[in-house]
Amino acid sequence: MATETEALVIGGGSTGCGIARDLALRGVDTTLVERGNLTHGTTGRMHGLLHSGGRYAVSDQESAAECIAESRVLREIASHCVEMTGGLFVQLPADDDEYFEEKLAGCRDCDIPAEVISGEEAREIEPYLTRDVERAIRVPDGAIDPFRLCVANAADAEKHGARIETHAEVTDVLVEDDQVTGVEVRHESGPGKRSHHEPGTTERIEADHVVNATGAWAGELGAMAGVEVEVRPSKGVMTVMNTRQVDTVVNRCRPKGDADIIVPHETACILGTTDVEVEDPDDYPEEQWEIDMMIDTLSELVPILSEARTIRSFWGVRPLYEPPDTGTTDPTDITRQFFLLDHADRDSLEGMTSIVGGKLTTYRLMAEQITDHVCEKLGIEGNCRTAEQPLPGSEDFSVLRDYMEEFGLRSPVGRRSAERLGSKADEVLKTDDPNPVVCTCEAVTRAELDHAIADAGTDLNATRIRTRASMGNCQGGFCAHRIAALLHPEYDEATTRTALDELYEERWKGQRHALWGEQLSQAMLNHALHATTMNRDRDPAASDDGIEYDRFDAGPPTPEAAADGGRAGACDGIDDGEDDRGD
Amino acid sequence: MAVVLVRATESTTGRTTVAIEDEVCVIGGGLAGMTAALRAAHEGARVRLLSHKKSTLRHASGLVDILGYADGELVADPFDALSSLPKTHPYRRVGNDAVRAGLSLFDDVTGDAYRGTHTDANALVATHGGTVKPTARYPARVAPGLASRDRKTLLVGFDSLTAFDAPLAADHLAAAGVPGTTRGVTVAFPGDFRADSRVTRFARALDDDETVETASGSTPVRRALARTLESHLGDAERVGFPAVLGEGESQEVREALESSLGIDVFEVPMGPPSLLGLRLEALFQEALDEAGVRRTTGNPVTEFDASDGRIQSVSTDRNGRPTPFHADEFVLATGGLVGKGIDSDREGVVEPVFDCHVPHPDDRYEWFDDEAFGDHPFARFGVDVDDDLRPLDADGGAEYDNLRAAGGVLGGADFAAEKSGSGISLATGHAAGRAAGAAANQ
Ligand SMILES: Cc1cc2nc3c(=O)[nH]c(=O)nc-3n(C[C@H](O)[C@H](O)[C@H](O)COP(=O)(O)OP(=O)(O)OC[C@H]3O[C@@H](n4cnc5c(N)ncnc54)[C@H](O)[C@@H]3O)c2cc1C
Ligand SMILES: Cc1cc2nc3c(=O)[nH]c(=O)nc-3n(C[C@H](O)[C@H](O)[C@H](O)COP(=O)(O)OP(=O)(O)OC[C@H]3O[C@@H](n4cnc5c(N)ncnc54)[C@H](O)[C@@H]3O)c2cc1C
Repeated sequence: MATETEALVIGGGSTGCGIARDLALRGVDTTLVERGNLTHGTTGRMHGLLHSGGRYAVSDQESAAECIAESRVLREIASHCVEMTGGLFVQLPADDDEYFEEKLAGCRDCDIPAEVISGEEAREIEPYLTRDVERAIRVPDGAIDPFRLCVANAADAEKHGARIETHAEVTDVLVEDDQVTGVEVRHESGPGKRSHHEPGTTERIEADHVVNATGAWAGELGAMAGVEVEVRPSKGVMTVMNTRQVDTVVNRCRPKGDADIIVPHETACILGTTDVEVEDPDDYPEEQWEIDMMIDTLSELVPILSEARTIRSFWGVRPLYEPPDTGTTDPTDITRQFFLLDHADRDSLEGMTSIVGGKLTTYRLMAEQITDHVCEKLGIEGNCRTAEQPLPGSEDFSVLRDYMEEFGLRSPVGRRSAERLGSKADEVLKTDDPNPVVCTCEAVTRAELDHAIADAGTDLNATRIRTRASMGNCQGGFCAHRIAALLHPEYDEATTRTALDELYEERWKGQRHALWGEQLSQAMLNHALHATTMNRDRDPAASDDGIEYDRFDAGPPTPEAAADGGRAGACDGIDDGEDDRGD
Repeated sequence: MAVVLVRATESTTGRTTVAIEDEVCVIGGGLAGMTAALRAAHEGARVRLLSHKKSTLRHASGLVDILGYADGELVADPFDALSSLPKTHPYRRVGNDAVRAGLSLFDDVTGDAYRGTHTDANALVATHGGTVKPTARYPARVAPGLASRDRKTLLVGFDSLTAFDAPLAADHLAAAGVPGTTRGVTVAFPGDFRADSRVTRFARALDDDETVETASGSTPVRRALARTLESHLGDAERVGFPAVLGEGESQEVREALESSLGIDVFEVPMGPPSLLGLRLEALFQEALDEAGVRRTTGNPVTEFDASDGRIQSVSTDRNGRPTPFHADEFVLATGGLVGKGIDSDREGVVEPVFDCHVPHPDDRYEWFDDEAFGDHPFARFGVDVDDDLRPLDADGGAEYDNLRAAGGVLGGADFAAEKSGSGISLATGHAAGRAAGAAANQ
């Protein structure tokens, strides 16, 4: 049995979600399929910088100009995903004066507001900057939450009639006579929201046009359709600190280099990054030297980083694309521009377009251009409205209300909830039931989690990215089980347990790269809470051998126990431990 | 009781201060340190206990495990299984008798508050996550809930206490095959408490039997709670709550509920802040005071003086000002990675007070396993000791003649996986305290 759609978008990163929304707003019947949860790919593993364009002001002015224009748009339409922290390009004694001047001139050429400040002024803004700061350029960099952004795009697409399927992997692209006709999809647990333990299904989706927005995986999808897409995946590490050592984005002002930027995010700040080409975007080494380099090099800028606590590290792969025959050897030299590959033109294959390269900051612009292209192919007229129409959560956003009074939340909790939820705060937090905080590190309440679960099913990592629950210092040690418990009784105990194990493993994965000092102490505490107090590591429910309960102590002898014949466990004076066995 | 000797010395700041002299000085006020101090005092020694922060007991469940798993297999009788442990395990260092002696000291200190003395067999206690876990001693308030007792059980959770989801725990216990049937229900704790109230707030309300407003008017909270449950009891033969039923008056609270409900009432051990753990700590502190142990808390030991292979004194640091403590014998009981008796940075793992050798792989990527519940080398980090519990240097010689180590600071055991935490602290604390006390007497 096949289902039909006008446009099929493959990939639930910022690009795919942006395209799905734009298509849906223009009235195109759209389906988006993503093999993991939303942001499963690079979008969930990036640095979160809302570029002012400053970083590209010397090397790639076209990108720089796009960044500042799109940054202005996103501050309006996605205000609940953006924090305008401001940014600095900091010059140290070793850094070249000439480059500093070029950077400044470049910013001005690209309409990026840029102001030179003295070392002293820079240290007033960021007191932990090293004392030998020479001067800095101040630019409007910001932080953006990629998870919230994608979820909001997908939600709005759905609201306008799109179908969004996560945990739905494209396993084949269907081609008939040089025409792509659709795809074959495997649903991990059936269509609809995720539910562990539900059997998988497959579905054939026929589409008038297919958009390959799979980023670093675009080559694999291309191959399924028999065309070549030359993506050159390049990995980069990001190291998460326990607190905001800086409140503005701090860039080192020198030509391209590794470990040259710190981005503050919610309660943390994130160090980055490296740029190393990899063969396989799903399997590449995550290396110790990369983390050591982040800490050692960036502590030249912010010395306390060498002593500070890191809570985890993660890696992402850039979907860099290079047109055939360019032959760039160093991945940092590959352009950050994006490319629209019209396979009809390029490969005489109708019905499919691939999009590769680019960056999150310009996702909307990319989506607009792709959508223009797809609409033209489909012969659909319609204007792009995504630059003006706010995303759900950012409509008419005024956090003037006192959420403490209104929702009975302690004020920092109310403030942080409202920041995350934006204009949805009302709808989500209004509940007649008590609304305790479930994740203390990130101040996430039960109502917010329940709301996310209604969307994400048993995929607690999808709930995590919607709410930030379990993303703070304890990395889920204190809250993972509380979050999982919210799945029950809608989902049964075994499903709830599997979902908890999956979340806990995912949290462990990133922490492994931060296991020293405070975070190793935290890891041992988490281990003790989950293994000792809860015995989750030897859970008898998860093992096939049943426990012989009557070999264990059933409590001190009582008159009552004696009366029922001392059933279950011998209660009196077992000296050698043998008496209560063998029967 | 002996009087503290006081002597004027020159401190490192050049100011004259009062030196403090004892016979045995224990560093670290967790279960291991308290046990060592108590045991040394029983030996007749003048004992000082120095502790920086609260012990890990506020995180711990309040259960006292000896050994729950050996080679990954569930152990019904821990004493049978001790000999299967590797020779470097702390239990093997001190021997079975010390394990029993430590436990018996524990039984003396806790008296009626704990159960389990009638048998060597492990008990299986329901956890707040819905599994069962093996343990050797359990609070009296937990005792009626043991999993091996075949009873129809009702678990009760409170809707604002998210760490214990009673219906989920009940289904989980059923999946674990516990005898008897288990049901769970979530109710509102009676009265108008904030959604974010701490567990101590509920406990205090029950201790004081505060009056609360309910649909049927003002009612003492214990009665209101019992009334809330009436319609849920059904055929239940016992009812279990998260461990929040009172702090000081817990027995009275439980008895009141039992008499209103007409069935056994028990509590399920919880995570931090753990009232059962805190209660255990309080019992030990009372015993320390009775035994005349001097407790000095709030500042970390940061420095020491040694000569002729012996520690002469240690100093605590208070806002940069050192206070020296002299003694003949020292016990290091500063805990493991959680208590901060073991510390690390990207380069390596250290014992920060005396810089005792801590064996560990050079490459920090060999400190952990890739799976969350894998076999983690870090869980075994700690100092290596000889059979007299003296920390060993890298060459296998004793670091100092008069320094012994006990509890979590010892390496060689993953207490979390084995379920052996408090047992190791009791056994090694007892052995170190006895040896230090005896040596000081010579
Ligand atoms: C280290 C690093 C730091 C970065 N920092 C920034 C920054 O600070 N600011 C910025 O603007 N940009 C940044 N970027 C760039 C930005 O993250 C990416 O350009 C952007 O996220 C790409 O989004 P995408 O949707 O194209 O790709 P992705 O997010 O990778 O989406 C592709 C999706 O396709 C899915 N998929 C793959 N195969 C299949 C299949 N067979 N079936 C179904 N689905 C499939 C994948 O699971 C994935 O979710 C950074 C990138 C990296 C690597
Ligand atoms: C979450 C958790 C759950 C647990 N559950 C159980 C359980 O169910 N059953 C069980 O049997 N055991 C359990 N345990 C183990 C048990 O509670 C203890 O952790 C263990 O017995 C170790 O105790 P300790 O006295 O060696 O160390 P700690 O309790 O860590 O005490 C060390 C003390 O030394 C102090 N200190 C450290 N450095 C200095 C210094 N430089 N100067 C002065 N003082 C210092 C610390 O502040 C602290 O007070 C659990 C532990 C944890 C963490």
